[in-house]
Amino acid sequence: MSTLKVNTIQDTTGNDALTIDSSGNVTASQGFVPSTQLSHRNLIINGAMQVAQRGTSFNSTSGFLYTADRWRRYFQSSTGAFSTSVDSDAPAGFEKSLKLTVTTTQSTLTASEQYWVSQAVEAQNMSQLNMGTSDAVTSTLSFWVKSSVAGDYAVMFGSSGSTRQYVSMYTINSANTWEYKTITIAGETTGTWATGTSIGMNVRFSVGVGTDFHTTSEDTWLTSYKLSTNAQTNLMATSGATFQITGVQLEVGSVATPFEHRSYGEELARCQRYYQKPINNQEFQAVASRAGTGWVFFQVPTAVPMRTEPSLTLSGTVDITSEGNIGTFGTVINWGFNDVGCLLIGTGATISIASAYNGTVYCQNTVNLSFDAEL
Amino acid sequence: MNEMTITNAQYNQLDGNNISIQAAIDGVQMSVPLCEGNRHYDEIMRQVEAGTLTIQEAE
Repeated sequence: MSTLKVNTIQDTTGNDALTIDSSGNVTASQGFVPSTQLSHRNLIINGAMQVAQRGTSFNSTSGFLYTADRWRRYFQSSTGAFSTSVDSDAPAGFEKSLKLTVTTTQSTLTASEQYWVSQAVEAQNMSQLNMGTSDAVTSTLSFWVKSSVAGDYAVMFGSSGSTRQYVSMYTINSANTWEYKTITIAGETTGTWATGTSIGMNVRFSVGVGTDFHTTSEDTWLTSYKLSTNAQTNLMATSGATFQITGVQLEVGSVATPFEHRSYGEELARCQRYYQKPINNQEFQAVASRAGTGWVFFQVPTAVPMRTEPSLTLSGTVDITSEGNIGTFGTVINWGFNDVGCLLIGTGATISIASAYNGTVYCQNTVNLSFDAEL
Repeated sequence: MNEMTITNAQYNQLDGNNISIQAAIDGVQMSVPLCEGNRHYDEIMRQVEAGTLTIQEAE
């Protein structure tokens, strides 16, 4: 270890390049070219769990379920179950965390069981990792974690189709204490990695893993679906046990930089590429652009262009007015989409609709319409 | 494993053409576009290919 005490560093021609004031503040007098990005570093969306368009409390029914935006949990067990919530308990600098709470215990897991929470990174958003090529680069995951059960836990990084998997273990040292963890992942030079709008990589935090998904090869790329080593703690063995994460960041390089905080509006817009609620118990009306017997076209605008044509879920009754008459639709279905919205068809109208119709589709504040284009 | 529990799948038609699929997915009624890359459509077609799901023609 040695120390260099200077207040100015110059280039070879005598021009000041860096100056350091008495408080240690550094000013670059000329260009500053970092080897990694200064902004937009985080490949994870909603890493601070700010956005929860689907709600903040989720059931403990087995299967896949999207919870906080972009975060999906899974378990398919014989007995064990956990609920998921967006919680206000978070480390300094954060307001929210994603929390798993064991609602039904399972002290011994069967071989094929797995309990986890995961985010899928869209392939075209991780092209800078150069996965599957000789230019593949190291990346680093950092996150805050807290659990009522201390011990070893796993994170898995996996390509779409589970052809390439990387398992890394970390230790929660103290129960019920927020701890900051970093994991460095070697770039993978082989394998087939998706491009475009499909899943590029899953980042998966496990809380219980059966032996089918154990590996003895940690921190190396594997060619079969594995989630952890046999050191993985079984959170499911403890009634009411909790596991929380927030501040999740995946970035290029071998060093974890401070979490890249984004405004709520920016994070929401990123999430809306995958899921949005254009009508959310608010009044809404649209012009009907074309009509036939008992049906009309109308367009619902989207906040941002979506990843792909979304599925539609509707609750509540959509009204239709035609030539002074007011009725309702039996069903609303999707017909097409573009970068500014989804073209829907209301069918089974309870009133007669003129064929050359230009009228109004109306939703009272009891209608909820969501578009889902998640990975 | 099935990613979703899908029941009552049926095509929606307009002017005699199939335009989307109506189905209950994990207990929620959805209208699913005929679009590869949409996870619901991909899973419906995977289950159809596996012989575990049939999409009814539109009425």
